[in-house]
Amino acid sequence: MKNKLITLMLGAAATVAIAGAASAGTLDDVRQHGFVQCGVSQGLMGFSVPDAQNNWTGMDVDFCRAVAAAVLGDATKVKFTPLTAKERFTALQSGEIDLLSRNTTWTMSRDTSLGLKFAGIMYYDGQGFIVNKAKHPNVKSVNDLAGATICTQSGTTTELNIADYFKSHKMDYKLLTFEKNDEAIAAYQDGRCDSYSTDQSGLYAQRLKMATPDDNVVLPEIISKEPLGPVVRQGDDAWFNIVKWVYFALVNSEELGITSKNADDMKKTSTNPEVQRLLGVTSADGTAAGFGIGMGVDEGWALAAIKQVGNYGEIFDRNVGKDSPLKIERGKNALWKDGGLQYAPPVR
Amino acid sequence: MSLGEARQRHGRSPWNSVRLRGVALQVLLLAVIAALFYALALNTYANMASRHIVSGFGFLWRKSGFEVSFSLIPYTAEDNYVRALMVGFLNTLLVSALGIWLATALGLAIGLMRLSRNWLASRLAAGYIEAVRNVPLLLQLFIWYRLVLTPLPQASSAIILGPAALSNKGLTLPAPQFGPGVWTAWLGLGCALLLTVALSFWGQRRRERTGVKPPVVLLSLLAIIAVPVLFLAAAGWPVTFDYPVRGNFGFSGGMTLVPEFIALLLALSIYTAGFIAEAVRAGIGAVARGQGEAALALGLKPGLAMRLVVLPQALRVIIPPLTSQYLNLTKNSSLAVAIGYPDLVSTGGTILGQTGQAIEVVAIWMVVYLTLSLLTSAFMNWFNARHRLVGR
Amino acid sequence: MSASYVRASDAPLRPPPRGHAGPLAWLRENLFAGPGSTALTLGLGLLLGWLAYQVLDWTVLRAVWTGADRSACAVPGAGACWPFVWEKFPQWVFGFYPLGERWRPVLTFLIGAAALAPMLMPAAPAKRFNALFLLVAYPVIAFVLLGGGVFGLPPVETTNWGGLVVTLVVAVTGIVLSLPLGILLALGRQSELPVVRGASIAFIELWRGVPLVTVLFMASVMLPLFLPSGMSLDKLMRAIAGLSLFASAYMAEAVRGGLQAVSRGQREAGLALGLSRWQTTAKIVLPQALRISIPNIVGIFIGLFKDTTLVLVVGIYDLLGIINAGLQDSKWAAPQTANTGYFVAALIYFAFCFAMSRYALFTEGRLARTGRR
Repeated sequence: MKNKLITLMLGAAATVAIAGAASAGTLDDVRQHGFVQCGVSQGLMGFSVPDAQNNWTGMDVDFCRAVAAAVLGDATKVKFTPLTAKERFTALQSGEIDLLSRNTTWTMSRDTSLGLKFAGIMYYDGQGFIVNKAKHPNVKSVNDLAGATICTQSGTTTELNIADYFKSHKMDYKLLTFEKNDEAIAAYQDGRCDSYSTDQSGLYAQRLKMATPDDNVVLPEIISKEPLGPVVRQGDDAWFNIVKWVYFALVNSEELGITSKNADDMKKTSTNPEVQRLLGVTSADGTAAGFGIGMGVDEGWALAAIKQVGNYGEIFDRNVGKDSPLKIERGKNALWKDGGLQYAPPVR
Repeated sequence: MSLGEARQRHGRSPWNSVRLRGVALQVLLLAVIAALFYALALNTYANMASRHIVSGFGFLWRKSGFEVSFSLIPYTAEDNYVRALMVGFLNTLLVSALGIWLATALGLAIGLMRLSRNWLASRLAAGYIEAVRNVPLLLQLFIWYRLVLTPLPQASSAIILGPAALSNKGLTLPAPQFGPGVWTAWLGLGCALLLTVALSFWGQRRRERTGVKPPVVLLSLLAIIAVPVLFLAAAGWPVTFDYPVRGNFGFSGGMTLVPEFIALLLALSIYTAGFIAEAVRAGIGAVARGQGEAALALGLKPGLAMRLVVLPQALRVIIPPLTSQYLNLTKNSSLAVAIGYPDLVSTGGTILGQTGQAIEVVAIWMVVYLTLSLLTSAFMNWFNARHRLVGR
Repeated sequence: MSASYVRASDAPLRPPPRGHAGPLAWLRENLFAGPGSTALTLGLGLLLGWLAYQVLDWTVLRAVWTGADRSACAVPGAGACWPFVWEKFPQWVFGFYPLGERWRPVLTFLIGAAALAPMLMPAAPAKRFNALFLLVAYPVIAFVLLGGGVFGLPPVETTNWGGLVVTLVVAVTGIVLSLPLGILLALGRQSELPVVRGASIAFIELWRGVPLVTVLFMASVMLPLFLPSGMSLDKLMRAIAGLSLFASAYMAEAVRGGLQAVSRGQREAGLALGLSRWQTTAKIVLPQALRISIPNIVGIFIGLFKDTTLVLVVGIYDLLGIINAGLQDSKWAAPQTANTGYFVAALIYFAFCFAMSRYALFTEGRLARTGRR
């Protein structure tokens, strides 16, 4: 008899396991839930970081908000899931999150064999190194790091890039990897490692958190290409298109001079057809521009995103650029017409 | 209802037969378990298919591309994932084996101290046991990592002890490099082991005949060390040492015991020693008082009485909890992941992060640890059985 | 045969035995019973004195008591950095739980304590009702109170939970879920039906054979793939699920110990009285077995409480996780900040675990006295 309980319990478990509802598209799910579930980092200044009240800020966070604004019309309708480096892909694959916006490097294997799709490049980054000049006054370049111990977070592209770079420069090194970034930084500050390595934007962010930021210098070399961008699941083209085009809309709006402050005015007054198409202005004869509808969202999708979150330049300046403590130059992340790499296809 | 009626009722419905009901229940249970596994497999398969995840263990033969800070076998970023996992596995074995040895020695000492007639010694041992057992191991690991790391000097001002150097990069020692004639050492070791067996027979015989026990253990140890060395010397000493060279950042060459290893070893053995001490105390407490008193009355010194009479009997009680402590220590060594010591879980985790092959990596972990656990239990069961045969 | 020895004179008188009473005698017997013992006492005494002085020196004499940021603690030679603790303590307890809602975890804790206290006192009445409340109703109440979203309570996401709240939630839920599962597994392991026994043994040995870290990794990265699409479990819930399965295997072994300690005659007597096997198990064997296993169950709870710290490797901020994260705050970066944080963490964990282990000892003693073993 006692076994009956066991059988009952297992039976119940099996029923639950079998009776999974077939999932509709991500867009429908998001509409149904009323919010975008967005995977972010556990705290990287400038990209996604919570304050003491768990309010999130950063570029990656703002991108999630822009998507929420475009899809649901409200940039606050987004929930954040902090993820470790290991968890991030499974969380997306399993449907736990709708969108991964977690300073994730676009690589071929991630794009092709993990069932993921990268929707764009929010930030052109490259891997760099930081050293304490008080402890190592002679290190002026990565090439002076022969024989050094380098700390980094495990399970990321950084350790692979270090191996490639040091091998091709025939330098010896020791690598110490930690499960969490905090632990790697702590080991670096304790002097267990001579250098800490991650994406250069991350180095500037971490440097600010160190006890003596001025003693720590970011070395000039960048040893890799780290295109960081939002990721979605493969096989849901509608959702992929929305995420991709929200990113393009942010870049295009900066190019067209639309900001969060003037977006409404531009919609009313601008005679530039490109602006009108982007902001979904209904033309004089009453025909809608149709770009939003064609994508399955409201016509005001881009307007909502720009008005509530800002264009790419505003997002950049506010979180990592000149208006932030990080003060990172636009550099490669300037618009193409300013000599950078940020370029978006036209809305047409 | 009379007894006969009841028996009749019992006989009428086959469902009332205990046997039949048992069989039916078991079939049902099997079916449910099978259904559960089937559902899980189906879900997983559907999930992986719909998400375009490529599964299988083929990725293991790809180039790993990452270095590890501590390895017992030659390894570079050029090697494949299998070798990286092997490195992690050996590191797990190393820290577990040394940890078990240290924890047993320390635990035995603390356990005996706990039973000491000296009040202060007993109380201090009790304090140690309580402190160690009531604070999470992970916290102790963090504390030891800091305690090991903080007082050590920067590599530039390392403490030099002859050929060894101690700094916050770890303890650097000359590494032996083995030339082509090194097989002689293994041959020597084989001979030494044979010699040890012969010695123990001789020792037994001699003790039975004369009552004097020759120092067999000492002689055996001597043989195990001296014979391979002699063989090596005869082969022209094919061993050279790779001395560490001081560079800009500490030392290159030689071999380095990283601080993570030392911290993990300390934390594991000190933590487990607290549990072993309790097991030792309970085991000795279970031996009848008369045994120790009789041994003393026979004129054995207290140390000998403990070693020859009480401990062997206590061992039978101690071994089962000791086994589970050894298993716990081995499993707890996976906490290495928190301080960056490259054990199996840590290297596997890196691979998981790089390839995203979650199911495969987790499966490897589980199989390896399960095998280790089962092997350890099997060995300890054998040991236990052997000891049970001796006495009682 | 002639005598080889004949005493020619009286043996000398022996001195009277020393007293066995009084503090002096106690000292002589327990601390200075011979040169070896005396040396040991002196050596250990010195060690103890030195240790005590070091701790006192660091925690009190050289400690920094007030200050607003790292500059107060970054003084050379300073000991513990207490202002760091004062500032961070609310966060250590509540994590990122919204400021205005913090009465909810407090209330949850109070309800739990109020229900648990009479449970722990052998003399208090209504044990059965109380146990039912603690094991069934309380977890629901706790999750409703903490999670919110109903009865006008604003929802608080589990990602905002943290610190001691998470530690307690994980440990208590873990024990509540693993207890029934563990009992079933223990019964299954004792079953005469080979399939039931085999399945139970396989399940128990599987979880006991693998480290908790891998179980947690599995729960965090693999479990989502096992679930049907469209169904997802919160990260905290996944960790709790992993921990509960893990703990249930150990729980099963504790209960099995209790089952084995109930004498066979009890079961036979039950069957002889005409009770069915199920009734015999539920009404006669199990109650006795559970009572005997209480010390071991408390021991498993202590282990589970300590093991909750491992959730930090999968990125959940429990007490240790949040203390560890706070150490990275540049505002408080000073040489002794980390040591202070770890010291306080160790004290908190010790207080909880020590109290529980004393309770386990107490119940054990009580069982031995009442002869219910």
